[in-house]
Amino acid sequence: MWLCSPLIHSYSSTSLSSRHRPNRHNPPPSPPPHPLTPPPRSSFSVKVACLIDLSSNLEVHCIERKTSFFFIHCDGSLTSGLNLSNSRSARLSTNAVATKQDNVTASTASKPGHELLLFEALREGLEEEMERDPRVCVMGEDVGHYGGSYKVTKGLAPKYGDLRVLDTPIAENSFTGMAIGAAMTGLRPIVEGMNMGFLLLAFNQISNNCGMLHYTSGGQFKIPIVIRGPGGVGRQLGAEHSQRLESYFQSIPGIQMVACSTPYNAKGLMKAAIRSDNPVILFEHVLLYNLKERIPDEEYVLNLEEAEMVRPGEHVTILTYSRMRYHVMQAAKTLVNKGYDPEVIDIRSLKPFDLYTIGNSVKKTHRVVIVEECMRTGGIGASLTASINENFHDYLDAPIVCLSSQDVPTPYAGTLEEWTVVQPAQIVAAVEQLCR
Amino acid sequence: MAQLTRRSANLLKPFSASVSATRHLTTSDTTPITVETSLPFTGHKIEPPSRSVETTPKELLSFFRDMALMRRMEIAADSLYKAKLIRGFCHLYDGQEAVSVGMEAAITKKDCIITAYRDHCIFLGRGGTLLETFAELMGRKDGCSKGKGGSMHFYKKDSGFYGGHGIVGAQVPLGCGLAFAQKYSKDENVTFAMYGDGAANQGQLFEALNMSALWDLPAILVCENNHYGMGTAEWRAAKSPAYYKRGDYAPGLKVDGMDALAVKQACKFAKEHALKNGPIILEMDTYRYHGHSMSDPGSTYRTRDEISGIRQERDPIERIKKLILSHDLATEKELKDYEKEVRKEVDEAIAKAKECALPDSSELFTNVYKKGFGVESFGADRKELRAVLP
Repeated sequence: MWLCSPLIHSYSSTSLSSRHRPNRHNPPPSPPPHPLTPPPRSSFSVKVACLIDLSSNLEVHCIERKTSFFFIHCDGSLTSGLNLSNSRSARLSTNAVATKQDNVTASTASKPGHELLLFEALREGLEEEMERDPRVCVMGEDVGHYGGSYKVTKGLAPKYGDLRVLDTPIAENSFTGMAIGAAMTGLRPIVEGMNMGFLLLAFNQISNNCGMLHYTSGGQFKIPIVIRGPGGVGRQLGAEHSQRLESYFQSIPGIQMVACSTPYNAKGLMKAAIRSDNPVILFEHVLLYNLKERIPDEEYVLNLEEAEMVRPGEHVTILTYSRMRYHVMQAAKTLVNKGYDPEVIDIRSLKPFDLYTIGNSVKKTHRVVIVEECMRTGGIGASLTASINENFHDYLDAPIVCLSSQDVPTPYAGTLEEWTVVQPAQIVAAVEQLCR
Repeated sequence: MAQLTRRSANLLKPFSASVSATRHLTTSDTTPITVETSLPFTGHKIEPPSRSVETTPKELLSFFRDMALMRRMEIAADSLYKAKLIRGFCHLYDGQEAVSVGMEAAITKKDCIITAYRDHCIFLGRGGTLLETFAELMGRKDGCSKGKGGSMHFYKKDSGFYGGHGIVGAQVPLGCGLAFAQKYSKDENVTFAMYGDGAANQGQLFEALNMSALWDLPAILVCENNHYGMGTAEWRAAKSPAYYKRGDYAPGLKVDGMDALAVKQACKFAKEHALKNGPIILEMDTYRYHGHSMSDPGSTYRTRDEISGIRQERDPIERIKKLILSHDLATEKELKDYEKEVRKEVDEAIAKAKECALPDSSELFTNVYKKGFGVESFGADRKELRAVLP
């Protein structure tokens, strides 16, 4: 049973089309893919996120633990609806629709697309962009000969040379500054922070030079830089290596922030960020690098300002991003068993927020839970709460519940660290409380 | 600076009496003159260039014209600030003009210059106009950054001037990034990353120098040592005030920054060196007559005798004047008349800038993002366009 609900998108005030944001930076669209017959339903016993391409118009993304769930991206009206002449990528991610499946059988054999891990997806996106544009270069600590501390840049230095994949000394402030200076002349550097927390040393460069130069120069200089790196709470990495920099950077005017959570959106967002003429900060998560998923073979670029509908529902909107998405999905299973129908949205775009998707969801469910990994004070959740309250106050039946990490430095001890971040049980409890 | 002469010629058309004086001040005479710099250069891990500099009458007169214009502009900015037409911070460059003109004489517009906030004259040297300068200082939309940058954010992309930065020290890694891009595109140009004696103590400088030296980037770090980091004298801020030696493994050259010809020689030398061997540090021994900025009287940490002493002995414009007079390139009267013309020109530019409009309120949201992603901020239902950020 397929549930496909294209959301109404009034991009041009008259057209009624599936929710599809044109990507002005994308290359002209490739010819529409061949329609395939939908393959039989499948189930999996492995505990991984996997993507099956069921047809040209449908992609399935599933996370499975004990029972099986299917989340189908409804791509139907991409080919039928809008006029494609204004340069859109062939495969833009649109909203995902979920449906429950019982009794499914596996057939992994002739699935299109290829399976890979998240860090490999990042590398694939990076490599495709480096191939496409000779101005794209990477700078960071141990990105070249070592291959990257999380192997995202492995194999690139032998292929592109030391100048394009530059091993820098441990000098975040100045190599970020260097990247910005290079971007001012027209290069498109990608700065890798070995851990996002190290970029605190480059805060001056990111805030003043990266974010503000386009404005203070009256539009003369653009800074097409991508700053990326892993952040978030890992497995007992200690306080200084478990920081969530999105809360510190969110006020900087002039930058865009996105967070990836699956191999599919990691590759798409990486490509979009590199092609963007604005400075983009791409937040990855230390614990998500080994997620496996099947992604399409064709080239695709995602929209940087779009949120992802992970699981549509009716009772409550759960907004999340990055690693907390998986905690939420785990909690969602429990909630479904208990009879609730949560709608899960991965907001992906941390600055600016995709108020369109979020707004439509709030209007449908009237209850919001935000689950984030930032601290309670001044995190993304705090801003999102304020934003939703300001814009959708009339649609809310209850105050917004924001579940965030505790305002403490992340402790080393395993149990303590577990209590710092939001756990699925807490999410379940919060939803139950809210939906009373 | 043909542009300046053309402009002054145009402005003077109704005043036929003084036309001849100005025309005379722009000669196309290029017979070489050899001048000795005031002091020999001091090198650190490098053989310094010779003290004899080749110049031409044309060049000497252009030095005089440009420096007179810069001096006049800065003094006019002083009065504008006191008249509350310029607000915020205003850092004046008078006394240091020789660094700007000397550097320009040695390089092309394809080479990049980046500096901190004392950038008015360097902007002018790179080809900026007086109108753009004053309009930007007064926050009008005809300014070089559309009135949104201010005194500390002058930029001119087409002639390789990358600013104009408020936080000192941060421009040096940016400068090394410019050099990196030059090396990446293999275009045989160099970058001059300028900073002051105060900023010379920033860590990111050494980080940037390390990387530039590691990868042989064509970066030239220029320390404009005016001996005071705002109110702190260099001997109170730096254990080692020999800034040209601070590069350790990178060679350095100490230059008399009040002598435009010495600066020109040093920059030419540095450009050749940087293209072959990587970074070099130039220390320009210079002086600012004004305080650190307009809110600093400049006399609490130094004596007036010191200031007037330097003005008498080392003033850059006086030195060029003496050279011009001793080589009979112009008479005293002509030079004085030219200074009067410059004064008039600056006053006219200010009058014109005062008439310029302030930026429109819609300009608040322009240029936050480059057109493309994230440029439209919609209301909740996507129908209401809240703000367009073009």
